[in-house]
Amino acid sequence: MGATAAIAGLGITDMGKVYGRTATDFAADALALALDDAGLEAADVDGLLVNANHSDEMAPTLQFSLGLTDLTLVSAMSAFGSTAGAMLQYAAQAIQSGQANVVACVYADAPLTEGGSISRSAYGGQRAIAPGFAGLRLAYGDYGPANSMYALALRRHMHLFGTTHDQLGTIAVGQREWALKNPRAQMRRPMTIADYHASRWVVEPLHLYDCCLVSNGGVAVIVTSAERSRGLRQPPVYLRGFGQCAPGDPARSGREPAIHTGATRSGELALRQAGIELADVDVLELYDCYTYTVLVTLEDYGFCAKGEGGAFVADGRLGPGGELPCNTGGGQLSSYYMWGFTPLSEGVIQARGHGGGRQVEDHGHVLVSGNGGALNFHSTTILSPYDA
Amino acid sequence: MTTTAAPAKPVPIPDEASAPFFAGARDGRLMLLRCRRCATFMSPTAYLGVPVRPRCVACYAGDLEWAPSTGRATLYSFALVHQIYDEAFAADVPYNIAVVETDEGVRLTAQVVDCPNEALAIGMALDVTFERLSDEVAIPKFRPRP
Repeated sequence: MGATAAIAGLGITDMGKVYGRTATDFAADALALALDDAGLEAADVDGLLVNANHSDEMAPTLQFSLGLTDLTLVSAMSAFGSTAGAMLQYAAQAIQSGQANVVACVYADAPLTEGGSISRSAYGGQRAIAPGFAGLRLAYGDYGPANSMYALALRRHMHLFGTTHDQLGTIAVGQREWALKNPRAQMRRPMTIADYHASRWVVEPLHLYDCCLVSNGGVAVIVTSAERSRGLRQPPVYLRGFGQCAPGDPARSGREPAIHTGATRSGELALRQAGIELADVDVLELYDCYTYTVLVTLEDYGFCAKGEGGAFVADGRLGPGGELPCNTGGGQLSSYYMWGFTPLSEGVIQARGHGGGRQVEDHGHVLVSGNGGALNFHSTTILSPYDA
Repeated sequence: MTTTAAPAKPVPIPDEASAPFFAGARDGRLMLLRCRRCATFMSPTAYLGVPVRPRCVACYAGDLEWAPSTGRATLYSFALVHQIYDEAFAADVPYNIAVVETDEGVRLTAQVVDCPNEALAIGMALDVTFERLSDEVAIPKFRPRP
């Protein structure tokens, strides 16, 4: 059976240090761009899924600001960085069931303020002490919990498998090479492996260049039925397969939550639904909040054995000209940080064949991953220009 | 000469659910949760910042009690914070954040003290110690076993 739903529209606003605009402004711009891209009107939209994030504005009430009326599907969803894939899955199911016909999926955020510090933004961790165990984390000086949790995960991987910074650095350098080909990317200066090593420690073993950007901006995609998408303005990007997996309580002993992620199960589910094998994947758009996230996700999808991710990426196969093009717009490390909408947006561009100077020639199957928490939530989406 | 005092470091505010943990720390005991049905030990929270867990991780019984750990642990992983997120910690960077696994098989986020950063090693043996932050509040930390 062919795909039943497709992405018909993509809207990406200006990204990065774009000041004086709210998350709502970015969401509205992204939606307008996506509708125009698809050749649809706001009145055609009958479903809205909002990616809940650190912004209070990413809530069901966003519908009012967006001017959407009489929706038969509306929700703000949260599975952290895996939300985008979950939104697409629910949108496709809603379309298949007849609940909605045109579903807008929206992400927007505006954490950066002019003259402000990222470490003072929502991404720097809370300072006000909440009662209970929340205060214990701060008493230990653990303010940017994402940085410390991923640093703890990476240290564990390095300990078990001998993973090195030279290996991680090839991920950062490869993605910067991709970003140089992406006019939307925030980071447009070349990076060498020496630059990577010289970048300061944030939370060791994470260098600054192991860590993603923080961006202001918005992305929206329009999901509709496969049939309807064929009559619209852009080449359809079929939603061929979905998977989600959340392994559970990270504090439970006997598990290695930093090493074995939900990518394994999520990937199996998505590939099976798409009717393809791992070897059929042409382009990877992997959630890359940190370089380590890319490495562990490659292992868990099965592109290499557990523990061999370092050696696997070290030959530069993920970069331009490599055999496994990965994060072809620069990813969250070098283009822009819109949670799961970073890999999704580039995945749509590649599946359409609209990547310009960074277009991957073979782009029949694009695998998009989402990752949330500290490797606690995972989603996988298979995009394709072919409906089966 | 004028010196500007660094802001005070945060002191946890025990609430009803976490009170036994902080009372234990004040008295020199590391308190964990234990299931009354299957005797499994578990960490008080899934991670720091969410409420105390309501049910057993092994048998899902809703009957948990606070019970002391031996305080013996090994280092599971560690990270070194270089970024200054709060001026109260400016003099400490780089300082460690550690995950330890106690002899009861419970992973806790904490810190290792009395150990230079270069000497931190995954698998090293640790014993709990307590740092008193106020008259009422002490927090567990870990130091290398002699």
